[in-house]
Order: sequence, then C-alpha cells, then structure tokens
Amino acid sequence: MSNELDALYQEIILDHYKHPHHQGLREPFEAEVHHVNPTCGDEVTLRVHVDDGVVTDVSYDAVGCSISQASTSVMADLVIGKPVAEAMGIHQEFLTLMQGKGTVVPDEDVLEDGIAFAGVAKFPARVKCALLSWMAWKDATTQAVPSDATASKEI
Amino acid sequence: MDGLLPELDVIRKDFPILERTFDNGQPLVYLDSANTSQKPQVVIDTMVDHLERHNANISRAMHQLGAESTEAFEGARDKVATFIGAPDRDEVIFTKNATESLNLVANTLAWATGDLAVGEGDEVVITEMEHHSNIVPWQLLTQRKGATLRWFGLTEDGRLDLSNLDELINERTKVVSLTWVSNMLGTINPITQIARRAHEVGAIVVVDASQAVPQLPVDVAASGADLLAFTGHKVVGPTGIGVLWGKRAVLDQLPPFHGGGEMIETVRMDISTYAGIPHKFEAGTPPIIEAIGLGAAVDYLGHIGMEAVHAHEQAITGYALEGLATVPGLKVLGPLEARERGGAISFEVEGVHPHDIAQVLDSRGIAVRAGHHCAKPAHARFGVQSSTRMSSYLYTTPSEIDALVEGLEYTRSYFKLG
Ligand SMILES: Cc1ncc(COP(=O)(O)O)c(C=O)c1O
Repeated sequence: MSNELDALYQEIILDHYKHPHHQGLREPFEAEVHHVNPTCGDEVTLRVHVDDGVVTDVSYDAVGCSISQASTSVMADLVIGKPVAEAMGIHQEFLTLMQGKGTVVPDEDVLEDGIAFAGVAKFPARVKCALLSWMAWKDATTQAVPSDATASKEI
Repeated sequence: MDGLLPELDVIRKDFPILERTFDNGQPLVYLDSANTSQKPQVVIDTMVDHLERHNANISRAMHQLGAESTEAFEGARDKVATFIGAPDRDEVIFTKNATESLNLVANTLAWATGDLAVGEGDEVVITEMEHHSNIVPWQLLTQRKGATLRWFGLTEDGRLDLSNLDELINERTKVVSLTWVSNMLGTINPITQIARRAHEVGAIVVVDASQAVPQLPVDVAASGADLLAFTGHKVVGPTGIGVLWGKRAVLDQLPPFHGGGEMIETVRMDISTYAGIPHKFEAGTPPIIEAIGLGAAVDYLGHIGMEAVHAHEQAITGYALEGLATVPGLKVLGPLEARERGGAISFEVEGVHPHDIAQVLDSRGIAVRAGHHCAKPAHARFGVQSSTRMSSYLYTTPSEIDALVEGLEYTRSYFKLG
C-alpha cells in the first residue's frame, strides 16, 4: 500500500510542498485571478506579470493539499522567464500528462520537476488538485496579454 | 464498552458491503456514513423482489401488478410515517432527496399567498452551521421576494449562539429553518426550544433532519417542526428518495410545487384543480422502487430500535473522541462531548491537508471524507478551508476506530511530522 502512495507522493512533490517556490503576491502584475476547486474548497489567488511577451513573474497565495501546493510551485518554476507561447505549450504538455490516466510518459526536458506528477494522473480525484493553479495561470495569462499573443490555442 | 449494539456482529452481517476487501487485501473500514450509509441485505432484496415480481406504475395501472405496486409504495409511506411519528400518513411526501424537500418548501413559500407569504420586510432565519442545501434555497427565496436572510452564529465550541434568540427571531420572522444535527460539527441543536420562540412570533419552523433521522429517535409531532426534511440514503435506504413531512395545516396552505400527473384532481385546458396531500406534491411517476426500499430501511432501523442505534452511536463517538485526542496536532471541530453530538466528527491535523489524510487512509482501506462537507460557511467560521470527517453508524465497531487512529498516526509519520 505504501508503494501505491509513494507513486503519488514523490519526494519532489513533498519537497515543493514543504518549501514552495515563488510564493506570495507581488507587484507588478497585469492580471489577477481567483480559482477554487468546488469539491474540496481549495483556493488560489494568482497574479501574472508579462513583459514584452515573456512571463516575467507568477506570484500566488494558495491554500490546498500537498498535490495542489506542489503543483503551483512547480508551475511557477516552469513558466517564469518563458515566452508566453512556450509557457502555454508547457501548460498543454502538463494537461496532457494529467488527463492521460497514467498512460502518458512525461518529457523531462519540458516538464522538469513536473514529471513527478505522472503518478497523480492515476488518481482521478487528485487530478483537479494538480491542475488548479495551472488553470488559474492560463486564465490570468490570457487576460494579461492580447488574445493573438497566446499562440497555442488548446482547451 | 457500554452502549454498543448487543449483536453488532450479526448487524454487520446484514450489510454485504462490509465484507468488501481491496486489491491489497485491506478490509473496508467505512467511516463515511454521514455522507451516505451502507445498505442492509433486506433493503437490497426488497428492491430486487419488487423489480422482479411486482413492477408496475402506481395509481394508474388497473391490473394486478399495478395494485401490488401501489400497495407497496403506499405501504412504504405508512412505514415512514410510523418511523418518524407522523400523526397522519398523508403528511409524508416523497421527494428525490433532502435537497429537493427543502427546495420544495422554499419555492412553494415564494409562491404562497396569505399567512405564509414571504415578502419585502420579512425575515428568514437560518444558522451558520447549515448544509448548503439549507442555505442556498433560502438565499434564492429572500432575494426573489425582497426579504432578509438572517442567521444564528456559532460559539467557539461549535454550538448555536442563542444569546440573541429573541432579537433574531422577531415579529418580522416568517420562517426559521435549521438543522437538527450538524453534518460537520456533529452538534445536536435544541430545535424544540427554538421552535417555541418561532411559534411565539408566528413563524413556521423547517427542520433539516438529514443527520437526525439516521441517528436519533425522531418524533416529528413533539419536535416543534412544522416541516421536516430528510434523505433516504442516509437511513440505510437507497439514493433517489427523500422525505418531506409537514403538518397538514401547513401543507394544505402551500401551493403545488411541480405540475403534472398524479398531483391533480381534474384538468381542463384552462385550469386544473389539485389533489390533496400527499399527491399534490408528488407530480409524475415517483421513485417507486426507491420508496419501497426506504420503507424496508426504516423497518430495519425500527426493528433494531432507534434508542439502541443512538446509544451505539454515542458509545462509538465517545470512543472516537478519546482516540482522536491521542493523535498529536489533531483538533476536533465541534463539541468535545459525545453526549451532545451526533456521529460525525470533523477534525484537522496540523501539518497535513485533509485531502492528503484521506488519501493515506484510503490506501489502508479506511474511507473518510475530506473537504468542506457542503458546509463552507461553518468552516469559514472556524477559519479553516476544509477538514477531515469520520462518521460512524450502527455497524461501526471500536476496532474500526482503532484502525482510524492508527491510520492517522501513520499519516503523520508518512508526512514526517515528528
Ligand atoms: C445536514 C444535511 N442536510 C442536507 C443534506 C442533503 O442531502 P441530499 O444530498 O441527499 O439531498 C445532507 C447530506 O449531504 C446533510 O448532511
């Protein structure tokens, strides 16, 4: 039973949970969103600062479980400093991994620490936790930049 | 342990799902009965038997099966009436669930004329510990009618703050709607005392008994309620069936809810007249099999005796409160004495989120609920986002509580909390 749990709670996830990166709400920002997971009530307030087509900062205030907290931290690591279009591509890659029911093999070059979430995809009830802040980030970024700048147009 | 059901082993055998084991060989430890209860064989068999041998629509089929089906359905109404002490079996209305029962009341009050009408300047009083299904319908009603929604606050130990009872319930109050037993805090509320005040000012009293009917001996006539709702699936019955009980005088004054077959007396193209209660509120083909299953369920509980079920729940709850108190960093939300509470215990464990607790417990076969339990305002009151909830029932054993406590210890070690 521990194996099954360990597949979910990878060391990387627990590390990010205990020591989240980029936490807190900062200025400047072009968009701020508030997303909620209605089933469990977990919440994230998230700000995005885009400068010259690059995601310059993602700052947040989040309450939630280890999976959602770690996912927020990893997401901020991955998208900060990336051009918006590239960051949207990473978002899509993570979404595909999460929706793959455990059948998708993640690309470490793209997702880095995000590959630790591969196990989460096998726990349908937890996929929403992992996606909460990614969805919030996408929402905020779409608001922060004119629509034609968000090149990739996935769900 | 005092108070446990004497034949707990025999009772557990009545519930086939309790034999369930998981892939890793773990037996099921089901501690989520406030969410939905498990079903005894007799309920399952009664429903299957009806489907296999007696199935037909009710009231409108002029054949043998139709007569049998109608008799079984109306027989279930009699059983429910007896179980909750309804003075008149026609006061028992079948709905889909407690949520529909409460919405039926809030909607028909919005359409009511005369004494029951709710309008501008009127007040509806609820409490901060309600399930969302006893909050949102009243928000909708008061918003639509320009009335004001007010509520009882909660004390630090999770009880209703009654210090402003006489101010909160006043001449402007038209409806007081509250839960008898909280699904989150476990608190048992003094509904009779509150009803007395409500009646002094001419308000009607709606009681959400979703957690009370499963756990307490309920006598609707003595409770002080004018209308009372509960849901079948929490009293060892099936999903898809709920009950609204109401005093005939009140139900007669309320206009119909849904229009359609069964609820009419006669229909012309321009206007219809309506059937009397209960059929006035039961438009369309009802959940027949589910109602019959509910009849079998309340018969089952009645046979064991609700005094005995309540004593069992109190014994288990007391044992659980003691066990939980030994887990470092664990804080129970709600009263700490079993005597004044129902069998739902919500708690926090410092350093671990409820989702993670539930996940680790699940890996050990232990089913609990994590989240806000459809009581967001009550969580907000205590400054918590979510909690973990264990809830027992008549089939819960002390060793299952031991498994929970061990599981929580394991959870703490898994998350490396010293
Ligand atoms: C106190 C309380 N009220 C209402 C409900 C709603 O029951 P249902 O979802 O069956 O309508 C529940 C159960 O979730 C409850 O615990």
